[in-house]
Amino acid sequence: MTEDRATDPTLQGSHWYDAEAGPLVRPYAMTGGRTEPGPGGARFDFIALVDLAEDAPGSAEESLLGPEHRALVALCRLETQSVAELSAGADLPVGVVRVLLGDLLESGYVKVSRPVPPAQLPDERILKEVIEGLRAL
Amino acid sequence: MGSEYSDDKAGQTSALALKILVAGGFGVGKTTLVGAVSEIRPLRTEEQLSQAGRTVDDTGGVDRKTTTTVAMDFGRITIRSGLSLYLFGTPGQDRFWFLWDELSQGALGAVVLADTRRLEDCFPAVDYFEHRHIPFVVAVNCFAGSRAYGAHDVSRALDLDRGTPVVLCDARDRDSGKEVLVRLVEYAGRMHTARLLDTVG
Repeated sequence: MTEDRATDPTLQGSHWYDAEAGPLVRPYAMTGGRTEPGPGGARFDFIALVDLAEDAPGSAEESLLGPEHRALVALCRLETQSVAELSAGADLPVGVVRVLLGDLLESGYVKVSRPVPPAQLPDERILKEVIEGLRAL
Repeated sequence: MGSEYSDDKAGQTSALALKILVAGGFGVGKTTLVGAVSEIRPLRTEEQLSQAGRTVDDTGGVDRKTTTTVAMDFGRITIRSGLSLYLFGTPGQDRFWFLWDELSQGALGAVVLADTRRLEDCFPAVDYFEHRHIPFVVAVNCFAGSRAYGAHDVSRALDLDRGTPVVLCDARDRDSGKEVLVRLVEYAGRMHTARLLDTVG
């Protein structure tokens, strides 16, 4: 582990880490060590769509949120975002985004669309629309 | 579960997102295909495997590395406001199968990209989707310098179920990529109808 190297007297004062070491803050430190969303939160699909709630708490309360939570709120303010897009936009692993989104959902900042249930395709009309849309691109 | 999920806003249908997977061997052009058809530059999302991958991710021999990051590239096509298509390039290595399980949940279908110079690279993907009854098309990425095979030859070499479409394509080309997706959506619709008829009769 890196701690051993940090306390190694022979290495003190030198740059014991480099880009290879990865982020210095472990991803799940941002979630307080939690790896699953809170009790109210379901597991968010990669393409679950996240919107800012109309009655989201104001900016005064928002300033109490952590920087990562605020980053997600800011992204949702721009436009509807999928969980995958939030992960890429905030440069956070999907697992971390899920935990943070669980917090935001519970505290009323965001709403999350229900993803298409497994094995249940959208109706024919929508598939037709998709095909026509693709052709028209 | 799911009680917090917002329902349709009054008088407004909720946004619908559909998921298509792009699978195939390493270096076959998955990210290229996603990039060619996506309206946004391909984004990258990462998953840390320190927790989820504990049992499958063998980091033996990799000094001091306690987490592995697996990246997935994805793109988006907006059909209209409230209806969008997301394309996910699946991680190439076999040890990330568990991520495929999550990705394929609720997926509309999959594109299996194949290279005729190393067709065997796409066997695992073909097996995976066949076993799970996920509609897929095989798209043969026609690399310059590779011998041209017909769709029929590829279909036979892969021992595909009857009806599984094989499309020759150029993953770099937007129109070609669009055609692959159109074929997939058409096929997924046919599969779905057939399954509905099965359950009725």
